[in-house]
Parts: sequence; structure tokens; C-alpha cells
Amino acid sequence: MAAYIARRIGQALLVIWLAYTLVFLAVQLLPNDPVTIFLSADAAASPETIAAMKAQYGYDQPLLVQYFSQLTGLFRGDFGYSLASGQPVADRIGAVVGSTLILASSAFVTAVVFALIVVASATLIRITWLKRLIINLPPLFAAVPVFWLGLVLLQVLSIQLGVMSLFPDGSFASVAVPVFVLAIHVSAPIAQVLLKSTETVYAQPFIDVLRAKGASPSWIFFRHGLKNAAAPAMTISGITVGTLLAGSVITETVFARAGLGQVVLQSVTAQDVALVQGLVLLTATAFVVVNLVVDLIYPLLDPRILKSGTHGAPRALAA
Amino acid sequence: MSIKIDEPLLESVVEPDSPDTAGKTSGANTATEPKQGALRSPALWLTVAPLVVVIGWALFPSLFSGFDPITGVPAHKLQEPSAQHWFGTDHLGRDVFARVVHGTSQTLLTAGLAVLIGLIAGTGLGLLAATAGRAADAVTMRLIDVLLAVPGFLISLIIVTAFEPGPVSLGIGVGIASIASFARVVRSEVLRVRSLDYVEAAFMNGGTYWSVVFKHILPNSCGPVLALLAVDLGVAILAISGLGFLGFGSPPPTPEWGLLIAEGRQYLASAWWLTTLPGAVIVAVVILLAGLGRHLHKIFKF
Amino acid sequence: MSNGDEATTLLDIRDLSVHYGSGENTVFAGIKLNLKLKKGEIVALVGESGSGKSTLSKAIIGLLPEAARVSGGTISLAGENLLGLSQKQLESIRGRRIGMIPQDPGASLDPVKTIGSQVSEVFRLHRQGPKRSKAELRSESIRLLAMVGVDRPEYRLGQYPHELSGGLKQRVLIAIAFALGPELLIADEPTSALDVTVQQTILEVFTNLAREHGTAVVFVTHDLAVATDIADRIVVMQQGRIREDRPVRAILTAPEHPYTAMLLAEATPDGNRSPDAKRHSGAPAVPAIEVQGLHKVYGHGKAEHRAVQGVSFAVRPGTTFALVGESGSGKSTTARMVMRLLDPTAGSVKIHGEDVTNVRGSGKRDLWRGLQMVYQNPDSALDPRHTVSQIVSEPLANYKFGTKAERALRVSELLDSVNLPSRMAGLSTRELSGGQRQRVAIARALALGAKTLVLDEALSALDVLTQAQILALLEDLQINHGLSYLFISHDLHVVERISHDVGVMRRGELVEIGPTAKVFGAPQSEYTQLLLDSNPGHLLRELARA
Repeated sequence: MAAYIARRIGQALLVIWLAYTLVFLAVQLLPNDPVTIFLSADAAASPETIAAMKAQYGYDQPLLVQYFSQLTGLFRGDFGYSLASGQPVADRIGAVVGSTLILASSAFVTAVVFALIVVASATLIRITWLKRLIINLPPLFAAVPVFWLGLVLLQVLSIQLGVMSLFPDGSFASVAVPVFVLAIHVSAPIAQVLLKSTETVYAQPFIDVLRAKGASPSWIFFRHGLKNAAAPAMTISGITVGTLLAGSVITETVFARAGLGQVVLQSVTAQDVALVQGLVLLTATAFVVVNLVVDLIYPLLDPRILKSGTHGAPRALAA
Repeated sequence: MSIKIDEPLLESVVEPDSPDTAGKTSGANTATEPKQGALRSPALWLTVAPLVVVIGWALFPSLFSGFDPITGVPAHKLQEPSAQHWFGTDHLGRDVFARVVHGTSQTLLTAGLAVLIGLIAGTGLGLLAATAGRAADAVTMRLIDVLLAVPGFLISLIIVTAFEPGPVSLGIGVGIASIASFARVVRSEVLRVRSLDYVEAAFMNGGTYWSVVFKHILPNSCGPVLALLAVDLGVAILAISGLGFLGFGSPPPTPEWGLLIAEGRQYLASAWWLTTLPGAVIVAVVILLAGLGRHLHKIFKF
Repeated sequence: MSNGDEATTLLDIRDLSVHYGSGENTVFAGIKLNLKLKKGEIVALVGESGSGKSTLSKAIIGLLPEAARVSGGTISLAGENLLGLSQKQLESIRGRRIGMIPQDPGASLDPVKTIGSQVSEVFRLHRQGPKRSKAELRSESIRLLAMVGVDRPEYRLGQYPHELSGGLKQRVLIAIAFALGPELLIADEPTSALDVTVQQTILEVFTNLAREHGTAVVFVTHDLAVATDIADRIVVMQQGRIREDRPVRAILTAPEHPYTAMLLAEATPDGNRSPDAKRHSGAPAVPAIEVQGLHKVYGHGKAEHRAVQGVSFAVRPGTTFALVGESGSGKSTTARMVMRLLDPTAGSVKIHGEDVTNVRGSGKRDLWRGLQMVYQNPDSALDPRHTVSQIVSEPLANYKFGTKAERALRVSELLDSVNLPSRMAGLSTRELSGGQRQRVAIARALALGAKTLVLDEALSALDVLTQAQILALLEDLQINHGLSYLFISHDLHVVERISHDVGVMRRGELVEIGPTAKVFGAPQSEYTQLLLDSNPGHLLRELARA
């Protein structure tokens, strides 16, 4: 067990380091340095201004120095400075991230509940047409653009029916609708993977043995099927961190909510590469941490993982 | 951390139990059915036909709509959908259907660029991981983890920030994001096919490395990759229209699907069709592409 | 014959018909099936794949696949028609009055639950009387596991299925099936996934328990020999119909249906059909395959695994040498080292007198012109995208043999030599049966004139009668073309029939080697003796001797 945890943590650190290095290299490969790009919108920027600003943010240092000072900063929670405001990226993001986190986490929980309902009813319902309908819901969810669903709901709920306001006013609808929109989007991949892995599990002989023991369909699903099918769905849930972030930015824009979305849009408009770079690193770190947690939960679901030392076991089910 | 999942849409449905499962090889007639059945099924053609129409929009937009997508007739502004203007008109009196049809090439080209980048880089990485030994495999897989860890949305944002908003920036950004899924599918397919007895037998029958790769491995592993191609095109269209909606795509007045909806947003209260109908087209196309992916997977399944 | 007294009839199936699909695609898996079981009677359903035996057994316990439809008939358990019951009523019967022992123990236990929870689950599913405490359930589970001969039952309760061997898993499943003292058990090929020695002990445990508890059993098997060893009555099925239903001895001594007679002929050991003994003697020739002190070690240190240890044997030209052993005995590893698909850790391999232990690259290509392999599963050994003629001519094309027309001629010659009509050349392998596919694989192996074949479990994936046909083909080819075979198999019956010499492997070592008649007639090692004793078909052998 200890070896498993150590290996997973090592891999997580490796991925963060690789992600940082790749982003650093990508920024170096840009035709100009971040300061020049930032000031390119400003026609009057003199070479002296550029040089001064470069010195201020450390972009005049040798590459290796920049690489290591930023890398060590990473482990102190320092993700660099915004060129537009001069604030630390972490502060800039920290000021607004709360509302986004609430939106994203409630949407994630709702999405998991949606996915569970879809899969449970698709497995347990015996009426063929209804079952087919339910199975086709996740692909439909996956095809609906978040911003479009948001706009259509706004159109219907606030303009046609008048049950919610166009702008956030703290009412239940203005909180619940954005969460719902984002949850639909995020639930699609989770439900699809869970459906597929449930199907794989149900093709296994042990399900027939359970039926032969006299277990009812719901007994089989809730006590055996779900636990067996959970691992791939957990993996995909971990990966939705990126989807959640992009979805949150768009949802916030549609519903005019404050949050990370505004910062993202501003930093892109202002061509603030340093801020975007910080955002990417922050997200990658969040992604890695979430997936590390997922990895550490796996052995509780499937005892075979500790033995094989890889994720091979849940996949071997498909064979 | 290592991430391994099955592609959500690709793995086809588990075959139903054959009547008698004594672990013996099945009879001949049951085995031939799925392939021919899939090619003949009306569902396949119901999926393909509308997609062909959409490709027609991209190639010959004027054939499908007689209206000018850029300059409108101000007198006809904000008209509801009608027999003449199927999707209504916008605030400048432009036919919305014409703008959707003319925007197709822009959206499809951007998505196509993205998928092409994903396909080429992903196939290269996947082949490398599957054939170049254990060390290369481990390194490549970690690289794929990194690609997964940095959301495609942010990759696109870096590129859009550093260069300028536009279709090429978008295509590259979204393309980089899809490398990981192609690499994983190619790797697992090549590993699967390579371990099959007939590949070993082909070597024993005097096949050389490249002849076996071209005669046996590639033809038998292309199915899931083709299927992913279709599905990923849909995913790229979604991503690109989302970024277009945020204003990172082509500048107005170029018709592009995401931009169309963003423009219509200001008239949400007075003209529902400006957002709803172009969005419905996106939904339909993405669903059809996902369906095509499933059909391709079935047809090429061996 | 089976019409017992109504009072003692437990199971009564009348005119049962089951089909799959609808309209044009309807496939009848069972047609007007009639079967009666008395209390405590053990009946074996015997047939090949697709005969309908599994369909019948699954219909009894109500576990037909969703695509299957019962189109008529009744299944009565002690006078009550099971087909008329609701889902809930069926659930209360399954596991309590009818139990099941599955085919593949490896995948028949929930991999993420402990053995203990899966054994006690039956008691939680069927609450009889007052609720039992955890401690009571635990001691009951221990009693059950001890009953089926699981060692250290207390310890096993906390283990997960992947920590148990196949034989142990099957014992656990038997314990679960017997837990509530069912009146009827359905055993669907319960030992076909197990090694022969394990099969023997599992069958003993199982039949003893059934006899003790007076449990009636429907035992589904493709192996007539197993059926004769354990059953009171044998029901022979073919193409969805019951061909014959009579007591074991009656069916063995005087089969009525020609199909039964064919099955019986295949299952009966027959000294006259073993290979020509005359070829044993003669001038010492260069062996087709000669293996000296072969070793294969995987891993290092603690993880070291010795797959093959010091194996030496020789295959005399024009004869068959069989390597027999259970799974994990190293026989396939040995075969792959002979083929030079694996590098031996130590030892040497000589093919037709030439040392090939260290050949590489083009040397291997030359080696494979004269030495070919036939795989266990013809499905995976043939590229599904290629036609029969493409497959058979692939080696010809690779070695630039003749013109296109000459190659086509050679293909039809080869197809002819494996008794396939040349019109099949254009077919895809998916349109062929398993036996036909294996013939195509043999034709491909012979395309470049290989004189020595390694047959790695080449018959194991085939039905009994198909096995017999391929065996006959192999014998013909050997006589007509002077081929030498290295025959890898776990099936003693087949080995006895085809091989001149035999080597018995166990845990990577060759424990016995000699002429087949000698090894089978007077085994020198204990393990060979055990293998032979475990080989099912005691009654058949007894009758054959008589």
C-alpha cells in the first residue's frame, strides 16, 4: 500500500514538472516575450518601457534562471505576476475563484447524481423503449454546447416565462440554472463511461451466478454492479477537471456571473501571457491533485489494483 | 498519476451471449452477420446523408441558400422564421440560414485542422509508444498525461493570447488538445493487434516488419481510429464554437457558428431564432458525427 | 425410460421450445424438448456447441439471455410450472430450491467482494426464520467451505477471488450452490475450464455432495467421458433436439441414434487406432527436432520464475511427439522456444540436425520455411480481413514463389490436401466453420513445404467430432508427406491417439518420456499415474476392456 501511494505521488509530481516545463518551453517558442506581446497593443511603448518592465518581472534574466526561479516559485504557491495589473497571479485568481469553485463543485456533484440516475434506470428499467431513450440521453448531452443550452434556458425561463432574471440576483433559479447547465455538460462523459463499464460488468459470468443465487436486479446493481463498474467512471470524473473549468468560464459568461471567466477573458483581451501561463499551471496542478485523489481511492474499490500495481485490473474486465 | 480510460463512445456494445457458450469456436453464419448488417442498415444512411448535405454547405454554400450572408436587407431585419427565411433574419436583415450555411466551411475547416493535428501527432505518439520499447512507452504515456492535465481550452487560450484570435490559432489549440485521445487509441489498438496470433504467423510466413505492418496491423487497427476521427470532429466543432462564442475565433462579420450565436445573444429578448436555430444545427451535426463514429466502429470491428 | 413415478418426479419439462431472433433470422435453440428428473437423479446433457444443451439448462433456472424467447412448453418443478411464475417468485426459488454451478470459475465470483461476503450472501438473500447474527453467518460459511474441502476456511473468508486458484474458486461456488440444500442443481460445464487433475477432484466433491444431499443434478458437458463417470442417465442433444435419453450403461453398450454412436466412438479408447507401431524401429535418422537441456527463466531474484527447466527430447522424423501437461507446465513455452519465437535462457534447439539456438533475422526466415506452427485458436490465427486464398498464398508471395497463376494453382493444391474444396478459396474466413478454419491454417503452414509442424493445442478449440476429422487429416498428411509433429496438448485422449512418443511435463520439468504405449500402459512417474487416473472415462475404459 505504501509503495502504491509513493509511486502515485511520484508520478503526480512528475506530471506537474513536465507540464510546467512544456508550458515554459511553449512560452519561449512564442515569437516574442510576454512583455513585448503585452505591450504590442500599446503603440506608444518605447524600448525603454519594455526593457524596464522586462527587468521588473525578471524576463531579462538568463533562461535557466527564469526556469528555476519560476519552478521553485511553483512549490511556494507563486504562479507568477499578471502583467496587466502587476498583482500575483495567485492573488488575482484567488480573489474570484470562490464563486467559480462553488459553481464547478455543485455542477460536478449534480453531474455525478445525473449519471448515477441515468445508469441505474438504464440498467433496471425493463420497458424497452424507455430504456433506449435513457441510454441515448448521455450522447445527446455530450452534443449540446454549454453556451447554447444556457442561452435557450435564459430565453425560455426569463424572457418567455419570466421565472428568473437575466442577471444573477441571488434567487434560487439564478443559482440553480447555471449549475444545471454545467452539470448536463459534465455528466455526459461520466454517464457514458459508467454505462459502458456497467455493460462490460454485466457481460461477466458472475452476474449470472448472482441471478442464480436469487438476487433481484436492484440487489445485483447496487451491491455488485456499481462497485465493479465504478473505476473507469472515477477516472473520467477526474479528467473532467478541464471540462469543468472551460464550462465554468462559458457558463459564467452566459449568465453574467462574476468569477474566473472574467479574469480569463480580460487576460486574453489584454494579451497577458503571464496571467494565462499562471492559470494553466494552476489548473494543471488542480487536475493532478484531483487525479491523485482518484488514484488513491481506487484500491478501496478494487483490491486487485494493489496487486497488479497498475490500473490494469479494471481494464482487464473488458477482456 | 496515470490515466487510462476507455474511449467513452468507441467501444461497441458487448455481443449478446451466443446460444451455447461452451468456449468453442462459433459457427460460420453468425459471425458474418454484424458486418454486412451494419453496412446495409438504414440507420447508417440516415446518419451519413445529412452529413453529406452539411459537407455540401461547406463546399458549395450558394447552392443551398440564395441569400448573401454578409450584406443584408435592413428593411427585413429581425424577421421570424418563415418559408422565405427558414431561420429568420438578424439585426442587419441578413438571412440566418444563409449565414449558417456559409459559416459551415469556416467551422469545418477549423475543426478539420484541429482533428488533423490530433490525428497526425497522436498517431505518431501512439505508434512510438506501442512499438519503440518500454522506455519510450513510459515517456510517451507521461506526456499524454500532461496533455490531459492541461485542458485544451487553456491551450487554445495561450495560443490565442500570444498570437491573435482567429481560426488558425483556434484550430491549433483545439488540435493539441485532441492529441492525447488519438495517441491512446492508436497505442492500445496497435498493442492489441500486434499480440494476435495472425501477426506472429505472418512473420513466420516470411513477412518483413513493414509488410506485416501494412498488410495486417494497420488495416486491422484502423477501425477505432476512424471512429475516433468522426467523434473528435464533433468534439472539435463544440470546442471551436465555444471559443468562437467567447470571441476568440474569426472576427465579425465572418459567419462562424459560435460567433453567430454570440451575436444573436444581444437579441435574446426579441429574436429567439438567432441563438436557438444555429445552435440546433451544431447539436445535430455533433450527434450525427458521434453516430457515424459508432457505425464506423461496428463496420471495422474484427 | 425416464418416466418415474409421478410422486418422485422432481423436474418435468414438456415440449419446451426456445428460439432466438424473429422473422427470417429465427434460430431455434431448443425444439420440443422433453425431460424428466427424479429426486436425487444425476442426468448429463451431452452435445457439441450449438446443440442446445446450455439453452435447456439455462431455461430451467430462468437465466436465458434476453434475446431468447420460450415459444412453448412447460417446466415444472415439483408440479409447479416455473414459466408461469413472476420475477419475484422465481427469485425466491433460485438459489434456494434450484442452484447453479457455472462454467468458468475464474469470472464467476464478484472480483471486488470477499469470499466470505459472497458465501453468506445466499443466507441474506433468502431469509429463513429469524435474522441470523454475523457470527452465525460466519460459522455457517466456514462450515460450508470446509464441506467442499477448502483448506483454512476462516482465512479464506477474508480473501478476494483473485487470490484463489481456479479449483478453489470452483469449490467456493459449489459451496454457495449447496448452501441452502437445493432440490435441483444446474451444472453448466463446471470443470471444462479446469486442469484434468483438478477436474477430477472437483467432480468427486460435487457428486459426493449431490449423492449425500439427495440433490438432483442436470450436468451439462461436451465431454461424453465425464458424463459417463458421474451421471445416472445421459441425454444426447444435437441441433436443438434430444436425440437419445437413456441410462449410462444402456447408452454405452447399445447407442440407438447414429449421432450417439459417433460420439461414443470418439470417446472410447481404442488400441487399434493408435499410431503404427512399426515406425518405431528402423535405422537411427536425424531427428526432426532435437532439444537439449532447454531452460527458460523469467525475471530476477525473488520474482524469478522458472517456466522451463532442463527439458530434452527428440522428435524422430515422420513421427509425432506429444508434450502433455496441465496449464503452467511449460509445454507451450517449450514449443515457442522450439519455434524460436522465444529465446531460451539455456540449452540448444536443433531442427533437422541444424543448431538454430542462436539464429536471428534472415536465419529465422530460413528456419520457418521448414518448421511451421499451428495455433490453438484458428479465429485469431487467421487475419479476418483476408480471404482463404490470400491467407494460404501469403507465404508463397512473401518468398516470391512462381507467378501469380502458379501460386493460385499451388493454393488449390494445398486446399485439396487439407480436404477443402477449391471453391472456398474466395471466401472470407468468417464464412468458415472452426474446423474449416483450422484446415486453412494447416494449409498455410504447409505452403512452403515445411516438413515439421508444431501443433500448439491445435485441436483444443474444436468440437469432438471436428477434432476427430482434423486428427485424421493430420495422420494422412504425416503418412503422405512424411511430416513430423511436435504436438502440444492437455488432452490425454487425443495424445494417446496421435502420438508415437510422449513427454509428460510438470512445473517446467519433463517428468517422463517414452513411447506412448509404454507411458500410458505402465507409467513410471507418480504424476503420470495421477494424470491417467484423473482422465475421465473410467466406465468407458472398463467397458472397452470388457
